[in-house]
Amino acid sequence: MIELEDVSQSYGGGDLLSGISLRLAPGTFHFLTGPSGSGKTTMLRLCYADLLPTAGRVVLFGQEVRELSRDGVAEARRRIGVVHQDCQFLDHLSLAENICLPLTVAGRDAGVADLKDLMGWVGLAAQANALPPSLSGGERQRAALARAIITSPDVILADEPTGNLDWDMSLRLLTLLAELNRMGKTILIATHDMHLIRAAKSQVQARVLRIKDRRLQLAGADL
Amino acid sequence: MQQWLARLVPAAAADRVVPPTGLTATLTMATAAAMAFLAVFALALSLAAGRVAERWSDALSRGATIRISAPADQVAAQTQAVITILQSTPGVAESRAFSVEETKALLQPWFGPDLPVDSLPLPQLIEIRETGGGTFDPEALRLRLTAEAPGAVLDDHLRWRRPLAEAAGRLRFLGGMSLLLIGGVMAAMITLAAQAALSANGQVLRVLRLIGAQDRYIARAFVRRYTLRALAGAAMGTFVGVVAIAVLPAASEQGGFLTGLGFHGLDWLWPLTIPPLAALVGFWATRRAAFRVLRDGM
Repeated sequence: MIELEDVSQSYGGGDLLSGISLRLAPGTFHFLTGPSGSGKTTMLRLCYADLLPTAGRVVLFGQEVRELSRDGVAEARRRIGVVHQDCQFLDHLSLAENICLPLTVAGRDAGVADLKDLMGWVGLAAQANALPPSLSGGERQRAALARAIITSPDVILADEPTGNLDWDMSLRLLTLLAELNRMGKTILIATHDMHLIRAAKSQVQARVLRIKDRRLQLAGADL
Repeated sequence: MQQWLARLVPAAAADRVVPPTGLTATLTMATAAAMAFLAVFALALSLAAGRVAERWSDALSRGATIRISAPADQVAAQTQAVITILQSTPGVAESRAFSVEETKALLQPWFGPDLPVDSLPLPQLIEIRETGGGTFDPEALRLRLTAEAPGAVLDDHLRWRRPLAEAAGRLRFLGGMSLLLIGGVMAAMITLAAQAALSANGQVLRVLRLIGAQDRYIARAFVRRYTLRALAGAAMGTFVGVVAIAVLPAASEQGGFLTGLGFHGLDWLWPLTIPPLAALVGFWATRRAAFRVLRDGM
C-alpha cells in the first residue's frame, strides 16, 4: 500500500527524519508515537504525498510519488483517508457538505441514508447543516474522521485524531478505526496518547512505532 | 444580473467549493462592464471609419473633374472642345459643365451666400462620370486636352482619394487595435482578480488537493464563476454602450463623421458579440491563472 524506503526529510538544512523505512501492508494497524516536533506529522505527510522526501523513495500503491503526475497524486489520495490534526474544513460549507467533499470531488454521489448513518455514528446527526466554525473541537475531529472514511479508502492516516476528544469519544473513535481495520483497511495513527495505545490492545493487533532521534524505531513489543 | 445568470445556469456542485468573494466579484464585473462599454464605442468607430472609407473611395473613384482656366473669351470654346473630347473618350459615361449657380453653391460653405461670383475669375468646372466597366486612361486624356484645350487641367481625384482612404483605413485600424487592447486589458484585469481570489482561497485549494481533487476540478469551479461574472458585466456594459450610441444625434449623409458614429442596419448585431467574447476572455484568463497558481503553489 504505502512504502517508505530509506526516506529522509530536511527542513532548513537540518534533518527532521533520517533513514526512515516503513511498509504499511494491507490490513495492518500501526501507531506512530514520539514527542512533539519529532516528525510524526511530517511522516504522515510523506505518506500521502503532501511532501516529497529530500532523499529516499515513497511508494504509493506501487508507484513512486516522484513519478506520479499531479492527477496521479490526486488519484492516490482518493485511496487514502486523512484525519488532519487541525481538521481543515471549508468554512462556508455545511458539515454534511464537508463530509461529502471527497465524494463530490471524485464525481460520486453520497446516498442520503448512508450519510445520515455515518453522521449518526460519529454523533453529528443534529449538526448536519451547521457550519464548521460553530462546532467544538471534538465535533470537528469526529467530522474529520467521517470525511476521511466516507469514500471507504484503502488506507486511513490519522494525525492526533483524539487530541480534542474526551476519553469516551476517543474510545469510540478507536473502536471505529478497529472495525475499519477488521474490514481490511490499513490504519496508521500518529499519537502521543499512550492510554489510547494501551486501550487498543484489546481490540486490534497493532504495531507501535516511535520516532526517536530522527529515526523510526519499533516501540517495544507489538500489541 | 449575476444571480439571474446563476439561476439560468445552475451551479455545479464543484462551484460551491469556492466561497463567495465580494470584492473580486465586483471588480471583475465592473471591469468587464467598463471594457464592454468602451468596446462598443471602439466597434462603432471602426465600423464608421469603414463606412467612410468605402464612401469616399467609391464616390471619388468613379468620378473626375476638368478645370478650365482660360481668358474669358476662350472659356466657352475650350469648354465645348473638352466636352467633345470627352464624348469620344472610352470609359467616360457622362460629362457635364457646371453652371454658375452650381459653382456658387460649391463655394457657398466657405464664402457665404452673397458671393459675387461674376466678379471673380473662377474656372469652369466639368464633371466626369466613368462607365461602370472600367476607367478611362487619364494620361491619354491629358495629352488630348493639352493639344485641344490648353487651359484644361484634369483632376482624377487621386491625390485626394489616397490620403482620405488612407486616413479612413487607419481609423479603422485604430478601432480594431482599440478592441484588441480592450480585450487584453480585460484579460489582464480578470487574471489579476482571479489570482487574488485564488490566493485568498489558499486554504480551500489546499483542502481540495488533500482530499483528492484534481487541478481541473478546482480550476473549473473558479473558471465557471469568473466566466459568468465577465459575461454578466460585459452584458451590462454593452447594453449601456448601445443605448449611448443610440441616443447620439441622428446620423445623416451630410452629418459628417461624428454624427455617423453609430451602427447602421445589421451593424447593430455586432455589439451582441461583445458579451460572449468577454466571457471567452474571462474563461481563458481564469483558467490560465488557476492552473498556474495550482501548479506553482501546491
